[in-house]
Amino acid sequence: MIVSVHLGSAVTAAFLASLVEAVEALTIVLAVGTVRGWRPAGLGALAGLALLALIVVALGPLLDRVPISLLQLAVGILLLLFGMRWLRKAILRTAGVIALHDEASAFANETAELREEERRRAPYLDWVAGIASFKAVLLEGLEVVFIVIAVSAGRGMLIPVSIAALVACLLIALVGLALYRPLARVPENVLKFTVGVMLSSFGLFWTGEGLGVAWPGADLAIVAFMGLFLATAVASVTLLGRRGAAVSP
Amino acid sequence: MKTLIGIAASLAGLFVEDGAFALAILMVVAASGIWAVLSPNATSVSGAILLVGCLAVLLLNVIRARRPPALRRPPK
Repeated sequence: MIVSVHLGSAVTAAFLASLVEAVEALTIVLAVGTVRGWRPAGLGALAGLALLALIVVALGPLLDRVPISLLQLAVGILLLLFGMRWLRKAILRTAGVIALHDEASAFANETAELREEERRRAPYLDWVAGIASFKAVLLEGLEVVFIVIAVSAGRGMLIPVSIAALVACLLIALVGLALYRPLARVPENVLKFTVGVMLSSFGLFWTGEGLGVAWPGADLAIVAFMGLFLATAVASVTLLGRRGAAVSP
Repeated sequence: MKTLIGIAASLAGLFVEDGAFALAILMVVAASGIWAVLSPNATSVSGAILLVGCLAVLLLNVIRARRPPALRRPPK
């Protein structure tokens, strides 16, 4: 029961986070493909994927050599920073303090930038376009790799969690390439809100374990943390909404 | 080189976006760690510091983000 709760949460977090990251990477790759064709877009994306695979292969065995309490503490702190950053941003977006991430607008900006580059230095543009595609896949992919390694490290869950992340990325790639346009209708902020709650909870749990805290209920404490983070986030959104209403004329 | 610097900056940005927010989280972790070292038999207090501290940091930071710029402390 306890193991399945941990595994279920880890698989769900990796799947949802990978959906978000894959949507963001796809937007840039599609923009590159639209402006300069699929050769630089595909080659850049493939180079990014190859480097990601290399990082996973190099990093995986190294993590096994790190003492478990040190690994829990380091991964826990990084997950806290990463997850709470996502949650904070999702709260501010939900409350309307900052603008929602708009894939259609990101796509338009990227294509406009590439067209401007095309005008200025056409002979080198395939390089510029390929690097844009490479950078998008590498950066968004690194977030996926970090999440997969962080939520599964030291628990023997690397394979199921990796499969969940891969399925999410393949799903988005297939849908995006079939539609041939950015996936602007994916409820990205809701996904970020959910993943932020889950990753913050994992981070809290792991940091505590690394410091030697014996959480009541062992792994089940993660579910309680999710409830508390969710309640705090919802309270924050409500509070920000009220304050916003009070300040606006 | 510019691309590499851009990638490095984006990597750092994965964990730190609002410096004060990240620093506050690290201070909560440090406080919890100090308690764990000083009172190894009362780790539940260390856990409570971590839990309450992180929730409080989140709540206070988002409320601060909403405050009108005039009410925020001016940058030094």
